[in-house]
Amino acid sequence: MTVSAPVSHRRPAQRVRRHQSGSVLWSAVRTPRGAIGLVLTLFVVLVAVIGPFVAPNPPVALLTVDFGKPSAQFWLGSDVLGRDVLSRVLNGGWTLLIMAVCATALGIIGGAAAGIAAAYLRGASDGIIMRAVDVILAFPQLVFALLLLSLLGPKLWLITLAVGVSHAPQVARVLRSATLDVSERDFVKAAELQGMRPAKVMRKEILPNLVSPLMVEAGLRMTYSILIIAGLAFLGFGPQPPAANWGVMINENREGLALNPWAVVAPALLIALLTIGMNTFTDAFARVAIGVDRRPEQAALIEDIA
Amino acid sequence: MGRTGPDVVRDVCFAVPAGEMLGLVGESGSGKTTVALALLGHTRRGLRITGGQVLLDGTDLLTLSPGELRAVRGARVSYVPQDPSSALNPALRVGTQIREVLRAHDTEAGDRVAEVMREVDLDSTPEMLRRYPHQLSGGQQQRVALAMAFACRPSLIVLDEPTTGLDVSTQRHVLETVRDLCRSYGVAAVYVSHDLAVVSGLVSEVAVMYAGRVVEIGSTARLFGDPVHPYTRGLIGAVPSPERAEMLTGIDGQQPRPGRRGAGCSFAARCGFAVAACSTQAPEPVIAAGRTVRCLRALDIQVTQAERVPVLASPPATPGDSALSIRGVTASYGSTQVLSGIGLDVPPRTCVAIVGESGSGKTTLARCVAGLHSNWTGEIIFQGIPLARGARQRDKDVLRRIQYIFQNPYTSLNPRKTIGQIIDQQLSELSGLSRRERSVRMASVLEDVSLSGDFLSSYPDQLSGGERQRVAIARALAVEPELLICDEVTSALDVSVQATIVELLRRIQRERHLAMIFITHNLALVRSIAQSAVVLRHGEIAEAGPVEQILGHPADPYTQRLMEDVPKLLHSARP
Repeated sequence: MTVSAPVSHRRPAQRVRRHQSGSVLWSAVRTPRGAIGLVLTLFVVLVAVIGPFVAPNPPVALLTVDFGKPSAQFWLGSDVLGRDVLSRVLNGGWTLLIMAVCATALGIIGGAAAGIAAAYLRGASDGIIMRAVDVILAFPQLVFALLLLSLLGPKLWLITLAVGVSHAPQVARVLRSATLDVSERDFVKAAELQGMRPAKVMRKEILPNLVSPLMVEAGLRMTYSILIIAGLAFLGFGPQPPAANWGVMINENREGLALNPWAVVAPALLIALLTIGMNTFTDAFARVAIGVDRRPEQAALIEDIA
Repeated sequence: MGRTGPDVVRDVCFAVPAGEMLGLVGESGSGKTTVALALLGHTRRGLRITGGQVLLDGTDLLTLSPGELRAVRGARVSYVPQDPSSALNPALRVGTQIREVLRAHDTEAGDRVAEVMREVDLDSTPEMLRRYPHQLSGGQQQRVALAMAFACRPSLIVLDEPTTGLDVSTQRHVLETVRDLCRSYGVAAVYVSHDLAVVSGLVSEVAVMYAGRVVEIGSTARLFGDPVHPYTRGLIGAVPSPERAEMLTGIDGQQPRPGRRGAGCSFAARCGFAVAACSTQAPEPVIAAGRTVRCLRALDIQVTQAERVPVLASPPATPGDSALSIRGVTASYGSTQVLSGIGLDVPPRTCVAIVGESGSGKTTLARCVAGLHSNWTGEIIFQGIPLARGARQRDKDVLRRIQYIFQNPYTSLNPRKTIGQIIDQQLSELSGLSRRERSVRMASVLEDVSLSGDFLSSYPDQLSGGERQRVAIARALAVEPELLICDEVTSALDVSVQATIVELLRRIQRERHLAMIFITHNLALVRSIAQSAVVLRHGEIAEAGPVEQILGHPADPYTQRLMEDVPKLLHSARP
C-alpha cells in the first residue's frame, strides 16, 4: 500500500515562514485575489497622488457651461458650476486618502492598545475597557461621527478623529480575542517569570504575534474610513466647497445626473474601486495568514505532507 | 503505481487474522496514522492512495465506491480515534450517538444500545445514556467511542493511540476491555501507538514503522526480546523502566520528511551499524531470526545485542538545610481546592520527582513554587527565605534562581523571535551581564545542551520538538539557577527524544549540583532521574521517600496500584 501527497505547482502558503510577516504580504500579492486587489488599490492611489500635478485645469476655475457633456477639451465634461470634472476628480482624492489613512491609524492604534490590554490584564481592566467599547459600539459609526461633528463643528482634524474613534471599539474586540489566544501560551508566562512589566510583555511578546490580525483589521478599517469620510463629505461635513473632493462632488452634481453623469459616476467609481481593491487585498492577506498562523505543531504536520 | 508526489508511506504490507491484534509503532511522522486511515479507505487532505490493496475478508476496500465504503465503515471496519473528547459530538447525548451508529447500519437499535454499553463496562442506565460527552470522564468517553466502534460487530477495528490522554490505571482498564472484546468477537485489530510498553503487553504481532516504511515486523515476543533492526533496538533502548535505573539511550538525529528521503536506507544517517552501502542501496525485506526486517545488515548484526548501562547509584540526599521546603501549602483555582496541606522538602543537589495522575495537583504545586499560580496559602521557603505568592511580587534575584521549564516546547518559545533573541532576553532581564558576556554565556549554554551555535539565528518553527526543549533548557540554565522545575518536560516528545532529554537533564543536574523538581505522570521515568519521589493523589501526598523505597516497595495502596498499572515493556531481554 502506498499513499502519496500530490505535487503542488502553486507554492503552498503554509511553507511561508511564520515569523516573516513581509513574506506573508508577498505571498498574498502572488495570489490572483491579492494581485487584483493591489492593482485596483494602487490605481486609485496613483490617481489621487499624482492627480493634482497632471490635472489640465485648476479645479475651482469656472470654465464652461453647467453639466457640459464630455468633449475633446473637457474629457469628463463639466460640473454644476461649469468646472472641469476631470481636474476636480484628479484633485479631489488626496485629502480623502490622507484623512482615511490617519483615521485608520488612529483607530488601529487606539483599538489595539485597548483590546490587548483588556485581554492581557483581565479582571477589572478588562471589564472597564470592554464596557466603554460597548457604549461606543452602540452608536452606528456614521451617527457617532455626525454627533461629534455637530457638537464641535466640521473641522478636518475632527472628522479624522471622529472616524478613528468610531473604529477603535471594533478593532478592540477583534484584537482582544486574538490576544486571549496568544496570552495563554507559555512563552508569555516565561516572560512573566523573567519579571517583565505587563506593558513590556504586551509590547515585546504579544504584539509581534498579532501582526496578521492587525494587518487584516487595518485593511478592513481603511475601507470603512474611506466610505465614512466620503459619506460625511457627501452630507456636507468635510472639505467645504469650492474645494474638490470626491464625496462633495457626488453631492453637488447629483441634480445633473441626467445631463452629465460623469460628474457623479467618476468620483463614485474611484471610491468603489478603492474600497473593493482594499477589501480584496485584505481578504487575500487574511487567507494566507490563516494558513500560516496555525499552531506550530499543525504547521509542521502540514509541511510534512505538503 | 501512479506516483504524483513524494510518497508519505510506501510498500506497507501486513495481515491480521481474526481475533488477533497487530501493533503499529513508530515515532511521530513515521506514517502510522496514514496507514491506519488507509485501512478504512480514507486519507487526510492532500494525500492520495496511489497503489495497493486493503483486503477485508477478500474485498478490496480501495476499489469500493464512496457509497459502498460508507456502508462498510462503521459496520465492518471501524475506527477508534486518539482523542475521544473531540471525536464525540458534544451536542448529542451518549445514547443518541450510539443509536445513530446502529441505525446507520440497519441494526435493531433498541436493546442493543444497552448491550454495547455493558460490553465496554459502562452503566446502561437511562441517566448514563442521557448524558452529554462533557459529563463523562476521559476514560468513559473513550469507552463510548469503543462501544460505537464495536456496536456493529466489525471484522476489523483500527485503534489510533486510543489511550494517549488517559491515566495509567484508566489506560490499563480500557486496554483490557479492548483485548477481551477482540478475542470474544473474533475481531482483527490494528493498534497504532508510539508507546512500546503498551503495545508489548497487548498485541501478538508488531510492525515498526520508520519514514513511511515498515522496517521490522514479527511476533511481539521475538521483536521485543531480540530486536534486529537498529531502529527497533534504538526505540527499545529509549523506553524507561519502572523497575531498574538504567541509562536511557535516545536516537540522535531526525527522521527524514517525505520527499527528502534519499536513495538508500532512510535510517542510515542515524544508524550505528551503517556501512557505505546503506546510504545508496534501498534495503529490501529479508527474513532474519524469524521476522521480516528491512535492513541490509540484518543478517550480520542479528547476533550483536545492545547492552544497557545501569545508572550509577546516586549520592544519597544530603541531610541539613533544604534548598526548598514547602509547608502546608493549600492552593485553589477559584473555589475549587486542588492542593491541601502539602509539605515536602527538596534537599540541595537532589532531584525530587513529583508523580501523580492528571488532576492530582502536581503541576499546580510546581506553578505555586515558580510563582505562576498565586492563589495559595502556606509557606514555601527557598534557601531560608519565604517566597512571595506570585512572580510579580518576587524580586529578580529570586526569579533568576528558580527556573521553570514548561511542558510544551511548541508554546514556550515565542515564534517571532530567534533562539538567540529568546536566550538573550532571559539574560538581559535576569542577569547583569554586559552584551559581550551575554554572548559568551549563550554560546556555552547552547554547548551544554548539545546544540550548535548555528541555532542562535533560527526561529523556533525551524526546530524539532526535542531541539526546542533543549533551547528551553538552555534558556533556564543561562542564568545559573539553583532550583530547576521541570513540568512534564518530555510528555510532548517522542520516546527516543524523551530519552535524550532525560539524560541531558540528569547530567546537568549532577554536574551543576542543582536542586530539581521533576514532575511527571510517567512512573517509569522516575528511576532514571530522581533520587527521591513524592506521589500526589487528589491534591494530597500519598507517599514520599527515596526512589528505591517508593518504586521498589510502595507502602501506600495507591502507589502500589500505580506501579502495577504502569505499562511495562514485556518480553524484553534484560538481565
